[in-house]
Amino acid sequence: MNLAYRDIRHGLGRFLLTCVGLGLLLGVVLAMIGIYRGLVVDALTIARAPAVDLWVVEANTRGPFAEASRIPGDIREAVARIADVSAAGSITYQTVETEHGGDKLRLYVIGYELTRPGGPPQIAEGRAIARSHYEMVADTSSGLTLGDRIRLGRHVFTVVGLTRHQVNSGGDPAVYITLPDAQKLQFDLAPPAMRVQLARGTGGSSRDTVNAVIARLHANASADAVAETVHRWKHLSAITQEAQELILTRSLVDRARRQIGLFTSLLLVVSAVIIALIIYTMTMEKLKQIATLKLIGAPDRTIIAMIVQQALALGFIGFAIGATLIFNIKDYFPRRVVLEPDNVMILGLIVFVVCLLSSGLGVRAALRVDPATALGG
Amino acid sequence: MADAPVPPLVRLDRISKHFGEGETRIDALREVSLDVYPGQVVALLGPSGSGKTTLLNVIGCILDPSSGSMELDGVRVLQDGQWLSPNLRQLRLDKIGFIFQFHNLIPFLDATDNVALVLQLAGLDAVAARTRALELLDYLEVGHRRSAMPAKLSGGEAQRVAIARALANKPRIILADEPTAALDSKRAGIVMDLLRKVAVEQEAAIIAVTHDEKIFDRFDRIFSLRDGRLDDGGLTVHR
Repeated sequence: MNLAYRDIRHGLGRFLLTCVGLGLLLGVVLAMIGIYRGLVVDALTIARAPAVDLWVVEANTRGPFAEASRIPGDIREAVARIADVSAAGSITYQTVETEHGGDKLRLYVIGYELTRPGGPPQIAEGRAIARSHYEMVADTSSGLTLGDRIRLGRHVFTVVGLTRHQVNSGGDPAVYITLPDAQKLQFDLAPPAMRVQLARGTGGSSRDTVNAVIARLHANASADAVAETVHRWKHLSAITQEAQELILTRSLVDRARRQIGLFTSLLLVVSAVIIALIIYTMTMEKLKQIATLKLIGAPDRTIIAMIVQQALALGFIGFAIGATLIFNIKDYFPRRVVLEPDNVMILGLIVFVVCLLSSGLGVRAALRVDPATALGG
Repeated sequence: MADAPVPPLVRLDRISKHFGEGETRIDALREVSLDVYPGQVVALLGPSGSGKTTLLNVIGCILDPSSGSMELDGVRVLQDGQWLSPNLRQLRLDKIGFIFQFHNLIPFLDATDNVALVLQLAGLDAVAARTRALELLDYLEVGHRRSAMPAKLSGGEAQRVAIARALANKPRIILADEPTAALDSKRAGIVMDLLRKVAVEQEAAIIAVTHDEKIFDRFDRIFSLRDGRLDDGGLTVHR
């Protein structure tokens, strides 16, 4: 006779309600873990999108994400001529705020050369940019759809393709346009300002400026060696892909990552305390019954099994509810929630251990119950 | 040839129990000696704090006495204040049935399972335990409530299920703590008649703590406890 099951069945509504409460709490913990992972993944997405090995940026900067970087566009040709480089492309990054459908829309605009590295990694819907001007591939998280027309700067762009999960470290959706369009958007002055510059004799300088030149290397080529070569050109810095990712995770999103990490740890501790409290309370409510069981001859293992099985059932059902909830609503979060199977398994394991330890408290209380307390009303 | 004398089912020999030491010492039991024979229904009376429940706990092997000896069903289980059996839980399971003031049925088990639980704890398989539980419920005239949860049983029905549970392992010693306190006089009478029936038919000894004067006439002997001392011999009720 399984006493744990009988007890749960007898108070099923209350037990399930407790499970739902615990499930919501564990769901929040899972969501926080997912947000934490999402923050890191988002930070790396844009840097990984061009699938390159080397970032050539302005000297003494850690651009183009952590710091501003401006270099002449023709650097790309010089980089492309380095022996171990298989392909190079110029690229620009800038954040633009515009309006769409009456709402403010922040976009992370990426300008790239159509036939070179730097474009969207894959097109989920529609097509890649085919024309030199005023076409755009946008991320679905921007809310833009195929055929939408949107003003960036002084020009209107048409959305011809859609990507998924391309956002910057701040969560702003990425849009891809051609490099010339991006340069005009970033470096062209408005007509009145241009007239002022011309009058001062400073206008008319080349606008072939980019934020970085990215390079793919031949197989077996050493990124560090190529970076060293570029360093010798005094006006440039070169950052390997590995170093760029380190800058993004250790510098750009480090505080946010640690903040969420700490909050997640606190939530885990709170969850553990609440689980312990629930299981302890469940046991304390049954002390009279436990005393009766002991008095009529139930061995300790029967009582221990009842408490431990209930604790594990509570943890398992609560965890299942929480995981189901989060997996069903994670796509509605404003920031990406990334839940990998190992995250879920580790949290499941933590919940299992917490339930086991918490039931230990209940078991301790139960084993200390004097069977004599069953007598005497 | 004369019949051999029937040995007592419960034999207490100068059982004492004190709590605390020095100025705070309380003597709950003072050299209590008592024999209860098969088929006897015995009452323990006394004011609050007189030691009734303490005595019941000692006989039930759930409280260590300070001194004295005890035999249960012909087996010496306590010698000079020391338990001789290493497994008092098994001793309780095999030899003693308990009936409580407020029935103390397990609220998440139905009437049958409350009885069957004790049988399964004693090692019976689930089917045999349920069969025996149903027989007991029928014997105590509460078989029609076999599937009812304790909360749905009347006070009398619940107490009869509790008696069935106490009888499940065929113990020869039944300890009852105010078994009729929660019942009206009619139901109290029915429960006591049932206990008498059990005592006679199963040759069991029943020791009950009670204050209920309405049921005094159902006991064979009535002992009074005062300040931990048992009166000599006990009042024999002539019915």
